[in-house]
Amino acid sequence: MDEEYDVIVLGTGLTECILSGLLSVEGKKVLHMDRNDYYGGDSASLNLTQLYRKFREGKEPPAELGRDRDYAVDLIPKFIIASGELTKILVHTEVTRYLEFKQIAGSFVYRDGKISKVPSTEMEAVRSPLMGLFEKRRAKKFFEFLQNWKDEDPATHEGINLDKDTMKAVYEKFGLEPGTQDFVGHAMALYLDDDYITKPARATYDRIILYTSSMARYGKSPYIYPLYGLGELPQSFARLSAIYGGTYMLDKPVDAIVTDADGKFVGVTSGGETVKAKQVIGDPSYFGAGKADADKVRVVEEGKVIRAICFLKHPIPGTEDSDSCQIIIPQNQVNRRNDIYVAMISSTHNVCAKDIYVAIVSTIVETDKPELEIAPGLQLLGPIHDKFVSISSLYTPTSDGKSDNIFITRTYDATSHFETVVEDVQDVWKRVVGSDLVLKKREAEANIEA
Amino acid sequence: MSKQFQFKLVLLGESAVGKSSLVLRFVKDQFDDYRESTIGAAFLTQTVTLEHNTSVKFEIWDTAGQERYKSLAPMYYRNANCAVVVYDITQPASLEKARTWIRELQRQADPSIVIALCGNKGDLEARRQVSQEEAKKYADEEGLMWGETSAKSGDGVSDIFMAIAKKLPLTAPPPRAGASRNTPGRPAVDLNKQAAGDSNDPCAC
Repeated sequence: MDEEYDVIVLGTGLTECILSGLLSVEGKKVLHMDRNDYYGGDSASLNLTQLYRKFREGKEPPAELGRDRDYAVDLIPKFIIASGELTKILVHTEVTRYLEFKQIAGSFVYRDGKISKVPSTEMEAVRSPLMGLFEKRRAKKFFEFLQNWKDEDPATHEGINLDKDTMKAVYEKFGLEPGTQDFVGHAMALYLDDDYITKPARATYDRIILYTSSMARYGKSPYIYPLYGLGELPQSFARLSAIYGGTYMLDKPVDAIVTDADGKFVGVTSGGETVKAKQVIGDPSYFGAGKADADKVRVVEEGKVIRAICFLKHPIPGTEDSDSCQIIIPQNQVNRRNDIYVAMISSTHNVCAKDIYVAIVSTIVETDKPELEIAPGLQLLGPIHDKFVSISSLYTPTSDGKSDNIFITRTYDATSHFETVVEDVQDVWKRVVGSDLVLKKREAEANIEA
Repeated sequence: MSKQFQFKLVLLGESAVGKSSLVLRFVKDQFDDYRESTIGAAFLTQTVTLEHNTSVKFEIWDTAGQERYKSLAPMYYRNANCAVVVYDITQPASLEKARTWIRELQRQADPSIVIALCGNKGDLEARRQVSQEEAKKYADEEGLMWGETSAKSGDGVSDIFMAIAKKLPLTAPPPRAGASRNTPGRPAVDLNKQAAGDSNDPCAC
């Protein structure tokens, strides 16, 4: 290993694999390592054996769950929002050729003890049981306002300035009830808490439009999902990287990050050998996350997320027997500060045996009894056949890496889609490369068609 | 009525046994003596025509070097209909490695996968270290197809792919016909197609 690389990437989570793929396409010489013998890091999808190794060391998966290889259980519940930034990266890099996607069948919101479909157009708002007659009229006007908005045409602004007026002002203008605000802000704009209400309305507007345009693409929900689990995403970008010369080493424990006297990155030591590179990118677990005795604090904990992976033997009640869905429990509905998410997929997405449904309930931890916090989500599921609970810390880097060439990515957050992952990719890219990430079509010769 | 089948073919084998050269010969009928390790071309297609108006289109996946440090992704084996496991007839260790890959395929891939064991560098007869008898005996025991090739001269290359093409439609499960394979319910969505439909976006200003 006496070669020198441009960039060493540590960890094969989605963020790192997208970066690795894009950097290799850009012509950088990349070495990509992972301590695990599988791809994906925290964003892996595990088979039953791997799942049991992680959660129930020493116990064998029960035979009644079916074949090991039929399972691809996500550790982090996220869906791809159809019109979002991840979709653009997938299309532009053409890794779509390695993947197959299916829709998520439904998007639901919890209100007053019941779950209902999230309306996303004025037509659906009119039919939704979420609102009374008068509220429906107000909601219809609100949706029409959003859909007709044109920046350059003040006649469509109805006196609102999206960049100055708060979302609160917009809600008040249309007289929307708190319950309606809950599903608009949380189930459509997909905010985790209510901080957005007092901020300028532009960001919320953008997020609602992202939701409605994603919904309009495939019809049933704004979400799509890769067959065989989310773990296929990092694998596809790793392949892109390898095709452009990236070197892959799994099952490589990282012993040390080597720096010079000024603290600048020199190389990575693994198995007694040090590989040199100009820059290093890695997930927080390679830079002291969770360790108090690190000589330099490179990442800090921002909070914790609790996730419960639940195996069910039935679809979630009240979802019209959907083979997959998302349910959002807005924080106000259960007297919390953060929403609770339920994400459910099944054998339709090739992630488990037939007649098994995998639901993940998650939220940001607010108390010292996190398991009680997800109870409202668990209660929606009906009988739970088996449950695997984890509490993970969310880490964020303490430095931007420009002074020491050490660039650390963020932990996967509690949001229900990958938009914040792409934001992190764009942010790290800009710091590593020194310019904005511009998506280019892959060279034609990469695809020899005979 | 003409029928076209499409199959995913994966290449396996130790580094430098000539996996990419074999495919380059098959797909473009070219050979390059100083070919570097595979870069930038890892998704090739080639169609072979059989009798009775039947043709087989191979979608050929190269390892892109990910095999070097035992880092091939499960995605690689996923839905592979056939595999060509290559060894170098001048390197006995490469046949040992091929056996390891075949065990890996038997473990990871679909049980119906058609596997061909391929002894490459047949032009280097003078330096042969792996006898035809030994390799063929092993292939027979494991129920594999077997053949020798020379990517350099072209000998045997089209024969081995043709033999696979003839065997596949008979033994493989129905190949994917544009839509997803063995999944019931809704068809898969095509991101590329939908990307053009941005006019749905009310914010297309």
